[in-house]
Amino acid sequence: MLDAFGAGYYLSLASRIVVYAIAATSLNLVLGYGGMVSFGHAAFVGLGAYVTGILVSEGVLGIGWHLLWTVAVTALVAAAIGAISLRTRGVYFIMITLAFAQMLFYLANSVKGYGGDEGLSIKARSLLGFGLDLKNPLVLYYVALGVLALSMVALARFVPSRLGRAVLAIRDDDVRAEALGFPTYRLKLVVFVVAGALGGIAGALNVNQQGYVSPNVLHWTQSGTLMVMVILGGVATVWGGLVGAAALLLLQEVLSAWTEHWEFWTGWVLLAAVLFARQGLVGLLLARRHRPGPSPPPGIGDTR
Amino acid sequence: MSGVLVLEQALNGLQFGLMLFLLAAGLTLVFGVMDMINLAHGSLYMVGAFVAAWLVGLTGSFVLGVLGAVLLTGLFGMALEAGLLRTLYARDHLSQVLATFALILILNDGVKMIFGTDLPLSAPAALAGPVELLPGLQYPAYRLLILGVGLVLAVALWLLVQKTRLGALVRAGASNRTMATAMGTNIPALFTIVFGIGAALCAVAGALLGPLLAVQVGMGENILILAFVVIVIGGIGSIRGALVGSILVGSIDTLGRTLLQHVLREFLPPQWVGAAGPALASIAVYVFMAAVLAIRPQGLFPART
Repeated sequence: MLDAFGAGYYLSLASRIVVYAIAATSLNLVLGYGGMVSFGHAAFVGLGAYVTGILVSEGVLGIGWHLLWTVAVTALVAAAIGAISLRTRGVYFIMITLAFAQMLFYLANSVKGYGGDEGLSIKARSLLGFGLDLKNPLVLYYVALGVLALSMVALARFVPSRLGRAVLAIRDDDVRAEALGFPTYRLKLVVFVVAGALGGIAGALNVNQQGYVSPNVLHWTQSGTLMVMVILGGVATVWGGLVGAAALLLLQEVLSAWTEHWEFWTGWVLLAAVLFARQGLVGLLLARRHRPGPSPPPGIGDTR
Repeated sequence: MSGVLVLEQALNGLQFGLMLFLLAAGLTLVFGVMDMINLAHGSLYMVGAFVAAWLVGLTGSFVLGVLGAVLLTGLFGMALEAGLLRTLYARDHLSQVLATFALILILNDGVKMIFGTDLPLSAPAALAGPVELLPGLQYPAYRLLILGVGLVLAVALWLLVQKTRLGALVRAGASNRTMATAMGTNIPALFTIVFGIGAALCAVAGALLGPLLAVQVGMGENILILAFVVIVIGGIGSIRGALVGSILVGSIDTLGRTLLQHVLREFLPPQWVGAAGPALASIAVYVFMAAVLAIRPQGLFPART
């Protein structure tokens, strides 16, 4: 729809929103539905961006290769991180995921061959074949939109499925789920890995969109931003990732056009959201439409 | 690698660790007693540094600047707690993360609006020179001051927590908040005081480290992460854990940065050492945390019953 405007700026903004929405949705999977507060999710996004970026700078341009390697590497790393982290719970899980993300951040800082702390710029982009190239902003937008749509449909189908119900049961009370015979550790690990891989795909799209990746993409404040998008949009809702990403990025755009102190006002809006929109924006919108509103997920970050 | 160099770096590590302790102590109390994740704790450190720099510029006296900053930041912390953060205690940790993250944004830009992106702050002229601790070991006098202040505050905090009634209430609250409330502790007032003390300690660290690390917007973010690592290693709610943890982390970080370079130089080509050294040193802290969690998941000195 936006291509009718023809304005490159809006297309680029929309693409950014969609790519962030994919990342936020992947975090919502692990955080909202899986109940695992991973404070290191930006690491997977960054990892995907770096894998694709490095492949492009080495001359490997086919999107098939990019997706294959991105998913393989991020899934593997997520499996390793998850295997260790999921042995902990509560705030310790949060800290250890953060720790691993920080390790990857410092690793990215030290890869002198691929930019180091200055980051990596790429000249080319992923090739889709049939003459289609992600350098074309329109193609990029539609590819990203397609990935987002697929992710959301998959998520919507996952939740009521047997696997989904098992995961939700574990989220709500993993001791009881364990007692009932669910393989809690294995299921949580699966969710963690899938979410990580999807985050990696978002990263691959991100480096294509920006033409650049730097260690900052893996910084813990980026993980924080993703969490903010999820919480703002609506934890454990299919639309939460998209709504949160769109809300935050649009807010930043609008505010930064108006004042250089947009961070200040963004903070206040977020604060208002926490205090007055407890179920996130999706919850707010749903509550307006019909009462009672969606039942809030139990305190996901609760640690005892 | 001379013994003098190692000793000097060890002192630097101890000094950084003690300043880290000032942040970690406040953070562990807030997390332990009020069960609140406060991401804005680093921002209080930043506010303390800026206010100190501003006051020193205004009065010309380093001592007045630091004391004023401590007082003002403590009051600011208490106002923040009573006005806003209080409503977050009942909420889940995710909401606390969102709210305090928002607070970081507000305070970062707020400070920028009032003071600008950075302010100069230099150590008092009287302490600008080195002191000879041992033959051949010259150590900056200012860093000795930081060490001294850090040790005094560590002892004072220990006395407060272990020997006073307030401390007993704090320990009770950290150990089992529900029971403490049931036993009649005036929780709201206690929380405000705890938060205020935490904010004041942040201000001391911010003001003292200002001349060494530069007073600038966003200075809180990096040290906040280290503070969280410290309290996880030390055990949430434990001052003793915060002290041990911060000295360990401070030492690993400082010694890692400097000594690791020397060790790596033996094995790696020079162009890699410049990048790998700091990277590995930074990772070392997290590897240490992961190791501690693997062996003692509750931290070294868990306060929770």
